[in-house]
Amino acid sequence: MAEIADDGGGGKKGKKKGGKKNSTKVDMTPMVDLGFLLITFFMLTTTMSKPKTMELNMPDKTITDEQQDVKASQTMTVIMGKDDQIYWFSGVTAKEAQEKDLLQKTDFSADGIRKLILDETKKIGYDQEKKLYKIIIVIKAAETAKYKNMVDILDEMHITGSKRYAIVGLDDTEKELIKKYEDG
Amino acid sequence: MPKVKVKRKGVSLDMTAMCDVAFLLLTFFILTTKFKPNEAMPVDTPTSVSDLPIPDADLITISIGKDNQIFFGVDAQPTREAILKKVAQEKGLTLNAKQVKNFMLMDNFGVSIAALPAFLNLEGPELSGFKQPGIPCDSLVNELSGWVMQARYANPKSRIAIKGDKATDAKIVSKVIATLQDQNINRFNLITGMEAKPMAAGL
Repeated sequence: MAEIADDGGGGKKGKKKGGKKNSTKVDMTPMVDLGFLLITFFMLTTTMSKPKTMELNMPDKTITDEQQDVKASQTMTVIMGKDDQIYWFSGVTAKEAQEKDLLQKTDFSADGIRKLILDETKKIGYDQEKKLYKIIIVIKAAETAKYKNMVDILDEMHITGSKRYAIVGLDDTEKELIKKYEDG
Repeated sequence: MPKVKVKRKGVSLDMTAMCDVAFLLLTFFILTTKFKPNEAMPVDTPTSVSDLPIPDADLITISIGKDNQIFFGVDAQPTREAILKKVAQEKGLTLNAKQVKNFMLMDNFGVSIAALPAFLNLEGPELSGFKQPGIPCDSLVNELSGWVMQARYANPKSRIAIKGDKATDAKIVSKVIATLQDQNINRFNLITGMEAKPMAAGL
């Protein structure tokens, strides 16, 4: 009788004393398994490197009065040919380059076109009045050039900090020149 | 000799911390992931040192594959519908609701207007197996010009991005650029991959 009373009166205290302690540990292995499975899935499907863009501004064709004459002595002409080759001449017109055989060959390596652009920029000089380098780089793509070359050369403009450049189509003299070089 | 009684110990270890990390990473990947869109034509873009991000909205994408086929795509679905309706009206095409819906679901396409109704009837495996020839962009038939024009009417805020493959001919890209310039579009973006900037260069 006393025991019963004790049980009832003691309430929780009494029960705890005699009750079996249940472990609160949960086996988390399957949960972790599932977690890592999903992580693997998302890691493999995700596209981490978001593509970037390069801004390109072309001159407005409708505005003609802004056109300025470009002195041949200040231009460097870069022609992209097949197999990632670059043909270039500087300070002369295409006609003169053809007559005097001034066309030279280079490539897209750091010691190639990048060094040449920097050298030519320094050679042509700095305009104190306008506060810019006088060089104008004329970029032309031959029929055999690839889009990659175009992006690469624009990249070189970006890397060397050349501000004055233009993408222009080839004229007949240059086509002839390139053909002669590419065919051997 | 009595055996030494080895006390067996449970090998269960506390996995709470590991679980926490796993789910933290999981949450991160779920939130940052953006599924690759199902592309009709894979384009392997060249890399550049430029690090401008692509505009998120109002983007017209002109993709050029390695075999010089031109694809056209607009990001927003309502704009797609508006463009298609305008072009269909102009060219006298009649398209049913299903064809319009199919068009709206396409990220980009590369067929001529004449072949468009038949192309929009394709579904599922037929569609993914179909090799799209590209949009004509010659001096004779320049349909790309028409699509770009309608896209700009439908959304005047749009920017134009050109996504060319490494092996695309520069000639074709120049042609696309010339097409855009004819419409007095002189600013556009070239989509490129990332590349590390070389040290010690510049003026």
